[in-house]
Amino acid sequence: MIARLTRSFLKVPWSAQLGFVIIALNVIAFVFAPVLAPYPETQIIGRGWEPGFWAMDCSDEAVSQRGPCWSEFNTGRVEGKAWLGTDHLGRDLLTRLLYGARNTISIALLITGLSFFIGMTFGFLAATMRGWVDQLISRIVDIMMAYPTLIFALIILSVAGTSTLVLVLVIAILDSTRVFRLSRAVAMDIVVTEYVESARLRGEGLLWLMRREILPNTLPPLIAEFGLRFCFVFLFLSALSFLGLGLQPPMADWGSMVKENSGVITFGVYNALIPAFAIAFITIGVNLVVDWFLRKAAGLRDEY
Amino acid sequence: MTRLLTMTKLVIEGFQKDGWTTIVNGVDVHIDRGEVLGLIGESGAGKSTIGIASMGYCRAGCRIVGGSIVFDGMELTTASRRALRRIRGRRASYVAQSAAASFNPAHRLIRQYAEAPVRHGVLARIEAERNARAIYRRFNLPDPDRIGGRFPHQVSGGQLQRAMVAMAMACSPDLIVFDEPTTALDVTTQIEVLAAIKDAIKDLNSAAMYITHDLAVVSQVADRIMVLRHGDLVEEGRTKSLLASPRRSYTRALLSVRKGGGERVAHPEQGQRLLEVRDVSAAYVDGVPVLRQVNLEVTRSKTVALVGESGSGKSTLARVITGLLPPEAGHILFDGQDLRPRFFERSKEMLRRLQMIYQMPDVALNPRQKVQEILGRPLAFYFSMRGSEKQNRVSELLEQIELPDHYASRYPSELSGGEKQRIAIARALAARPDLIICDEVTSALDQLVAAEILKLLQRLQNELGVSYLFITHDLATVKVISDEIVVMLEGRVVEHGATNEVLEPPHHEYTEMLLASVPEMDPDWLDTLLATRVGALLREGERMHAPE
Repeated sequence: MIARLTRSFLKVPWSAQLGFVIIALNVIAFVFAPVLAPYPETQIIGRGWEPGFWAMDCSDEAVSQRGPCWSEFNTGRVEGKAWLGTDHLGRDLLTRLLYGARNTISIALLITGLSFFIGMTFGFLAATMRGWVDQLISRIVDIMMAYPTLIFALIILSVAGTSTLVLVLVIAILDSTRVFRLSRAVAMDIVVTEYVESARLRGEGLLWLMRREILPNTLPPLIAEFGLRFCFVFLFLSALSFLGLGLQPPMADWGSMVKENSGVITFGVYNALIPAFAIAFITIGVNLVVDWFLRKAAGLRDEY
Repeated sequence: MTRLLTMTKLVIEGFQKDGWTTIVNGVDVHIDRGEVLGLIGESGAGKSTIGIASMGYCRAGCRIVGGSIVFDGMELTTASRRALRRIRGRRASYVAQSAAASFNPAHRLIRQYAEAPVRHGVLARIEAERNARAIYRRFNLPDPDRIGGRFPHQVSGGQLQRAMVAMAMACSPDLIVFDEPTTALDVTTQIEVLAAIKDAIKDLNSAAMYITHDLAVVSQVADRIMVLRHGDLVEEGRTKSLLASPRRSYTRALLSVRKGGGERVAHPEQGQRLLEVRDVSAAYVDGVPVLRQVNLEVTRSKTVALVGESGSGKSTLARVITGLLPPEAGHILFDGQDLRPRFFERSKEMLRRLQMIYQMPDVALNPRQKVQEILGRPLAFYFSMRGSEKQNRVSELLEQIELPDHYASRYPSELSGGEKQRIAIARALAARPDLIICDEVTSALDQLVAAEILKLLQRLQNELGVSYLFITHDLATVKVISDEIVVMLEGRVVEHGATNEVLEPPHHEYTEMLLASVPEMDPDWLDTLLATRVGALLREGERMHAPE
């Protein structure tokens, strides 16, 4: 099993391998955050905006006094010492980052899953039923897509409040319009095939047609889209947090971390860049994997 | 005669899921100037690959591994792109199977004709277009001075294929490769195109390679025939001697295929009326009538063949019977009961008794379901079978269609075309139907495979007493399988009766035209036919009209 996985992993192009490694790192952070994090999620360990490893004193003098230059940081147990520095309230950024991975990724996954469930259900329904059902759903989606998503989300969130549940529902529904478009389009191609026709003539119900005949044949493009949409949701969530309407403090979240620490960037405090890098990192990683999968699903081959 | 093309020990490989497999396995091919070589074989024989290799090209995912291709003294396997470009389209040209897919839909016919000679600097645009009109006239295209101004979708399939042959002649090439140019056409349309191809070769005195799986068609045009199978040469010979005395058993099988068919056994229930179509008229959304007062009857354990060209309304009738297209007038009786116009208004029991088999087995089976699931679903759905009971029935069905038991765990992509069609038949049988509608079930298959499918269908009818409504444009299959024939033209039934009555003279003139168009294994058949009145009509692309 492991040998087979390794073999197929080695066959994948290097860009996708890199993507897989990045995703794996994030998954590890996601699962083991409480074990890996040096401090509890909300503990204040020192002054605000303390610098991290980039401020290590590596002069000969300091090394001779104290040992190698990283010894100052090599245990998180030393009060006030943080590898990645501290945030505006003096909480350990590494800890916040690990917990943030947990919150942000799980919520982004939840939203993407929900939006795919909604979008695919309605997309397949529209493609299978055609006629007025298709017209009705499609026009409603058109109306929703006519408004810029961010503005739409801001309006609803400021009216309905910013609980996590509302947040998840709002983004999922807004995002499902895009999923609807794609799944309707790919399902259209499948619905006209003769195996679907023969299933209809057998007397199969709508649910069977959608689940057993259409779904398996539309999966490759939809899985690829899932990866892309996950990135968008992730960025969208971070953007909302940045504007103060996303996940609420004291929950750690990458978007809010950028926001809280970005004010002082002009004073040479680079702590805000760290969560920003983390966001860029996972987005690129997921995209690399998705690119490879799209290519594979489309049957394109690079070399012979 | 001088040698134009020599391919020696040609080896071509194609890339598949788990590595390179050999498509062409060291075949020697040569063509003299002015000679027509026929390449024949079933799908996967490597004939198309050899055809395009003669222009120094191979499809994406293929590579020429060994051998040499010498075109008029020039080695093509090592030639530069520029040198190849000077040969392709100018000294060697290609006619593809589907003209509809090969023409650019956004440009007018005559512009596409002129493209190659102008690009190659052979002719100026005005000259090229003048030539085009002359060739269009030579090929009996209607309104030859203006037809070039049309777009590909504005002319019929047969006309488009002729325009494609004309295009291949634009630069007066030394070699034309015809890759199954008539396979997708009706028998009557095939005549126009074959006549055009014969003219083209005669006029230019150029060499040609004619690729097909139909021995009767190739014998009309080829001087010499090569029979290929699995990338190897089976037999090679002059057309006349090969037809008269084939040496290999495979060639003999190809020659005798049209005579084949199972024997017929009378069934006890035979004679009872099963399906009655009464005065049915139907139209699609645009309001153009497709069916006009069609009457049809199918009795138990019998086969009724529904014959006509594409556009005659025969497939539409199948859609009306299955309930996919509600009729505008008339009604349908099934076993004495009125059949509801839409399939979703019919009872499950009614749906079960009426099954359908499609033309293209590739799209008729869900590629993500295993054979086990494809056959198991109707069993579970109609008979609530579960577990080992279902398992046993699937094995039984596989046995009936002469496939081994372990096929149950395969996906459709792991089956050949004929095997897929067998699975489609088994899926229909799983419902224990009274009537199966077979919509052109053999026309996408190679001749030998098609003959076996027909034999299987006949055997199943003998054993199970199922009735068939057999839709086809191929009269050769009709002779073999049907008890009764219904001939359709422009949405009307123009002739019907018992098979031997319809096939014996005197016929309705449309039936005569259809019958005359079926190619025979006689090299002189086409010339003889074209000399007759019916042949003359066919070559003009003239169509009969249904009586008002």
